[in-house]
Amino acid sequence: MTDTSQPAARKAQEFEQVVDKADRNVAAFDHRQKSLIHRLQHTLHSNPTLVPIIVLIGAVIVFGLIAGGKFFSPFNLTLIMQQVSIIGILAAAQSLIVLTAGIDLSVAAIMVLMAVIAGNLSVFMGVPPVIALAISFVAGTCAGMVNGFLVTRVKLPPFITTLGTWSIFYALNLYLSGAQSIRSQDIDANAPLLKFFGETISLGGARITYGSILMILVFLVLWFMLNKTAWGRHVYAIGDDREAAELAGIRTERTLLSVYALAGFVCTVAAWASIGRVGSISPQAFYEGNLQSITAVVIGGISLFGGRGSILGALFGALIVGVFQSGLRLAGVDVLWQVFAIGWLIIIAVAIDQWIRKVSA
Amino acid sequence: MKKLLAGSAIALVLGVSAAAAEDIGACLITKTDTNPFFVKMKEGASEKAEALGISLNTYAGKLDGDVETQIAAVESCIAGGAKGILITPSDSRALAPVVGQARDAGLLVIALDTPFEPVDAADATFATDNFLAGELIGQWAAAKMGDTSEAKIALLDLNPSEISVDYLRNNGFLQGFGVDIMDPTDIGDETDERIVGNDVTNGNEEGGRTAMENLLQKDSGVNVVYTINEPAAAGAYEALKSFGLEDQALIVSVDGGCPGVQNVADGVIGATSMQFPLLMASMGIEAIKTYAETGEKPSASEGLDFTNTGVELVTDEPVEGITSITSEEALKKCWG
Repeated sequence: MTDTSQPAARKAQEFEQVVDKADRNVAAFDHRQKSLIHRLQHTLHSNPTLVPIIVLIGAVIVFGLIAGGKFFSPFNLTLIMQQVSIIGILAAAQSLIVLTAGIDLSVAAIMVLMAVIAGNLSVFMGVPPVIALAISFVAGTCAGMVNGFLVTRVKLPPFITTLGTWSIFYALNLYLSGAQSIRSQDIDANAPLLKFFGETISLGGARITYGSILMILVFLVLWFMLNKTAWGRHVYAIGDDREAAELAGIRTERTLLSVYALAGFVCTVAAWASIGRVGSISPQAFYEGNLQSITAVVIGGISLFGGRGSILGALFGALIVGVFQSGLRLAGVDVLWQVFAIGWLIIIAVAIDQWIRKVSA
Repeated sequence: MKKLLAGSAIALVLGVSAAAAEDIGACLITKTDTNPFFVKMKEGASEKAEALGISLNTYAGKLDGDVETQIAAVESCIAGGAKGILITPSDSRALAPVVGQARDAGLLVIALDTPFEPVDAADATFATDNFLAGELIGQWAAAKMGDTSEAKIALLDLNPSEISVDYLRNNGFLQGFGVDIMDPTDIGDETDERIVGNDVTNGNEEGGRTAMENLLQKDSGVNVVYTINEPAAAGAYEALKSFGLEDQALIVSVDGGCPGVQNVADGVIGATSMQFPLLMASMGIEAIKTYAETGEKPSASEGLDFTNTGVELVTDEPVEGITSITSEEALKKCWG
């Protein structure tokens, strides 16, 4: 109800005047110059394994300088590989679960249980080692499927499910083993095949065990499955946003079940490798293996919120822990402070992950 | 009536067998019922109790460190009117108050294997002299080497907490070997040049192997290896073998578990000190019977604040001046 005699073209109405002051550019992408840090954040977001690789190289250089030639010897570097191989394979299994935004507290318990099963069958009950191993692989896959069933069908949170099955598998392990180790000598006599992954290849000073090679193979195979197959892309999609994945037509329950089953299978691979590594089958060993595998996964830059990170990151994560331990030890640092340093590594790794995740904001 | 029902329900739940009034009741509470060490202990107590006509109730924690279950077990024993309790405390300090209640109620409390802190929280402690156990294998290793000036010693301990059994065995070994141990309750404060280093094993094969690899990294000339227990020793041997050095080093250990004794027979472990869990328990049952009949409490071994249940050196290469038994004899007495 303003003055209608004024020509509208000449002067905007009062309520329109504010528009004159507004930006008249057509909507466009933001082209403002990004800061260096911002660009770094972007790079890290698109290459999640970059952080662990940088940390690994940095740690090798720093400890090389502190601890000197002893650290850099081919012997020591291959020893680190040997020492991390079991936790490394467990971390591969853990990564599968973490990528689906889950967590698996039972990986080490499954591993030890399967080693005990294979050992009991072949050493004490006279079952041929090949068959004993086959049985343990089937059992390990089933153990993983139990977790998967509880998560997908009974709809329990993965944390609670595997907290429960951790205790169950551990108790079964103590029951079957009588809390008694199976001696190395008895394994040699009855089932040398169980110790296959303890064999070494010597190249100069380097001593590469079959177990170390196995660890790398496990990671490469899983990397291929996760990145080059439809199944793998489904796993990432489910971890990123399960509902969206469901709406996109992915059979999420089935895929999740297969992920847990595969994790159980990989734990059994770790079980076989652990017999070669340790020499004997000890029901008491690797009690904290589940937490160590989570440590490797987290330091490897795989997001605990699912869907982001490369499984190769877990390999680098495991190696970083190994390099820190070896380096600090050769530098004469007390065990206590090695534990302290690993604690900080975990916190820093997760803090970096949180920061990278803010990239889209 | 209600109370009576509730009372019998509790008795049922706790598995307390209703015994005739004149019977002597006793309880055995172990850390777990899976560890062969405690299984043997239970065996010793049960046999003795049956022989002496004592009604025995046994309880165990779910795992090492399970304090709550043990506290509940002590309370059931008090309620059940037992005359005495044999207990391996999962936590030396946390269980002291509840066994205090038991003693106030007139029960004899005997700690088996693991002493309370303070030791006098229990009426008596029946345990292995862990320092002596270490000393024996130290003396054996020194005698076996002859000239110990060229010794390079690797010490494979339990864990970073340095609990009593850990420092007692470690320092006992060093004293027996002829090293100045400085503070007897501290591990790793020694300045003797012959020590290559200490590392922790968590008392299992995997830890033993990794710890041995680490110390060989420091000095590949290690020729004497002390280990906290036989599983750690087995792991250390695997590491030495993978380096091709298994013939260069003497491995000594403590425990007397059957796989460990078998490893002495196979030449993996040079010598081990055997402890006697069965004896601890059977002596404990006898002490409860004596106490129930005469009110007399057991007294500690001379010069110690506990009753020593004995240690024997097991080796197939005996040395002069140190009493030992062969692995063949030991296999008859071993536990687990």
